[in-house]
Amino acid sequence: MGLSSRKAIYIPFPQAVPCSYILNMEDCLGNNPIACGKCAEVCEKNAINYDDQDEFVIREVGAVIVAIGLDVYDPTEMDEYGYTRFENVITSMEFERLICAGGPTAGHFVRPSDQVRPTRIGFIQCVGSRNPSIGRPYCSNICCMNTIKDTLLLADHYPDVKNVVFYQDIRAFGKSFEDMFQRSKKVGTRYVRGLPGDIEEDPETQNLTITVENTTSGKLEHHELDMVVLSVGVVPPEDLKKISGLLTLSKTSDGFFMESHPKLKPIDAPTRGVYFAGFCEAPKDIKESVCQAGAAASKVGGLLNAGEIHIEAITSVIDQEACTMCGVCAPICPYSAIVWEKGQPAMVIEAACAGCGACAAACNFNAITMRHFTDDQLLAQVRAVLAEKPEEKVFVFACNWCSYAGGDMAGISRLKYPSTNRVIRTMCSARVSEEMVLEAFLCGAPVVLVSGCHYADCHYINANRQTVKHVQRLWNKLERAGVRPERLQLEWISAAEGQKFANVMRQMEELRQTVTAEEIEHAREALKPKPKKEKKPKTEKEEADKEETPEEEAETVTS
Amino acid sequence: MVSNVATDEELRVGVFVCDCGLNIAGAVDTAAVAEYAETLPDVTCVVRNKYTCADPGQNEIKDAVRQHNLNRVVVASCTPRQHEPTFRQCVYEAGLNPYLMEMANLREHCSWVHPDDRDGATAKAKDLVASAVARARFLQAQEEMSVPVSQRALVIGGGIAGIEAALEMAEAGHKVTLVEKTPSIGGVMAQLDKTYPTMDCSI
Repeated sequence: MGLSSRKAIYIPFPQAVPCSYILNMEDCLGNNPIACGKCAEVCEKNAINYDDQDEFVIREVGAVIVAIGLDVYDPTEMDEYGYTRFENVITSMEFERLICAGGPTAGHFVRPSDQVRPTRIGFIQCVGSRNPSIGRPYCSNICCMNTIKDTLLLADHYPDVKNVVFYQDIRAFGKSFEDMFQRSKKVGTRYVRGLPGDIEEDPETQNLTITVENTTSGKLEHHELDMVVLSVGVVPPEDLKKISGLLTLSKTSDGFFMESHPKLKPIDAPTRGVYFAGFCEAPKDIKESVCQAGAAASKVGGLLNAGEIHIEAITSVIDQEACTMCGVCAPICPYSAIVWEKGQPAMVIEAACAGCGACAAACNFNAITMRHFTDDQLLAQVRAVLAEKPEEKVFVFACNWCSYAGGDMAGISRLKYPSTNRVIRTMCSARVSEEMVLEAFLCGAPVVLVSGCHYADCHYINANRQTVKHVQRLWNKLERAGVRPERLQLEWISAAEGQKFANVMRQMEELRQTVTAEEIEHAREALKPKPKKEKKPKTEKEEADKEETPEEEAETVTS
Repeated sequence: MVSNVATDEELRVGVFVCDCGLNIAGAVDTAAVAEYAETLPDVTCVVRNKYTCADPGQNEIKDAVRQHNLNRVVVASCTPRQHEPTFRQCVYEAGLNPYLMEMANLREHCSWVHPDDRDGATAKAKDLVASAVARARFLQAQEEMSVPVSQRALVIGGGIAGIEAALEMAEAGHKVTLVEKTPSIGGVMAQLDKTYPTMDCSI
């Protein structure tokens, strides 16, 4: 934290696990043995290896607990509090070091500017929390109690100390928390309701003056203090994005990981076999982190003890006879679950298939059947929804994990939007084939929306890149046919974005109202010639489909 | 792998329209939706439930499957993201393959977002049911593949949560790998001096 200095070889802290020395390669001169290399000479056990490199360790695991914690908010950007400008303004994390017996001052609490013990100490709450103007609207959960603890520690060490806490609300709702709050007041801590506008420093004494509107009395107050502690909030850890990508996880609007269900599945990630513990799921204190960790461990125990899991029967199957061996599907699969060699029909490794359906949508010869989300099922839905008064409806394809869940979130949040939309669920937006979209226009849909996970957050690694390709091809096709391309829309809506879902539905309804009956009719005519060559008897008529499909699937299965 | 229903099998679809107390019935005319469902192709039985997910509702599904020899079930209630497992289990207990059940989302996607538009919400609910029935007519029985679970767990992060989870699992006899990016475990908690509410050392 820059409160004191240390050597390039050190033990992180006395109780560290493992309790061994670390060579800080940024400061070590040993990369160039001519420059130094003293430690290697001295170490009798030859434990120092300058050439040690990171290595890959491969472990096959059945479950993952994500417990990547938090980062602490850096208040430098809140210039009004002068952090880094004024030496005697410190953060609550620096406070911990200054009061710690193992810290740089051996637990003697002194202020950084002159190493003198302060007697008038101010604490400012909600620094980086509950502040939408800096993009941190959420409560960090732990800072109120942390400050209360700090005031009690100071009062215990130094009975003459005068603490003032500037706050907007004190949130002390946990077991025995209110008792601690009352004790803090009893030992003389003053609580002033109101967050300071700014801090000024006296250049000579380096004392700090806080100006604050006391919202209880309605009066402006000035407080001269020896030292100010910024009670900093917490932010999602820097590594969150990386881990999200590796495990296909999503975030809620505050930037922390999104759980499967806010009430009923607060430990499960939407990805099976992945669980959350601790802060990375939402701000929580030590006790709650321990609770969640225990729950996650118990969930993993259940999974491992079961010994096997059932995989939802949503995988693709390639009809070996219908496959023209073109090989288009194989590189599309984000999981490399399709095996194809030139001159051979492609095959799906079922255990590796995650069920996005991108291959089924991309196959030009209808040789791939996506089990439980077949063309026939989805086309039947398109036709059923648009059977009557299609001109009054906005047709929506939504992916299960994000957009459809975003619609659920809009529902849970009771966000109103026009009732004209009709949503059909697919597992991934990449499952939506050009044929399905065209079918919707042929049935008279004024507007078709394809919606999926945000581009970089696809539940199926990157399957939604195919979605973009499908939609771009369709836009070209619509343009060539003289159909307004904007009647086909593409939106990325995450599971947490109920608000966005509602907004998009409003925009779609506005767009729908601009589409004239003539335009709808024109599209029905202009898009009529089948987009693909005539060689497929399938999908010509619904009736024919209905009878043929089961047989076709039976063939697929036996082959 | 895939066990198909016989191709000459006559389709018999049962539709179960849930009121969800007033959650759905408050904004959607569920009686009209049920009446409409009766007109849909291959629908042989329509039942309105107060709470389809509750035992009495599930029993109505099971009874109807047996009584009408249903081979497809449509539950028009809430999001499949919540209750699909419930109703899959329900139809399974009634003797059907779980994949022969389809849901229409009349709650999260309809009644809860259109509380002031009863006509619009009811029209939408009818379409959602029609869509689910159309899909159900093409549903196939599916068999789930089971895969062995590797007998090891990974914990990412060696803070208090990661340590606690790893210890719990190890104590239960599981192999655990804990990954921590810094040289020492302990995370942010180890940087604290004293912790609330016990006011004791963090380590």
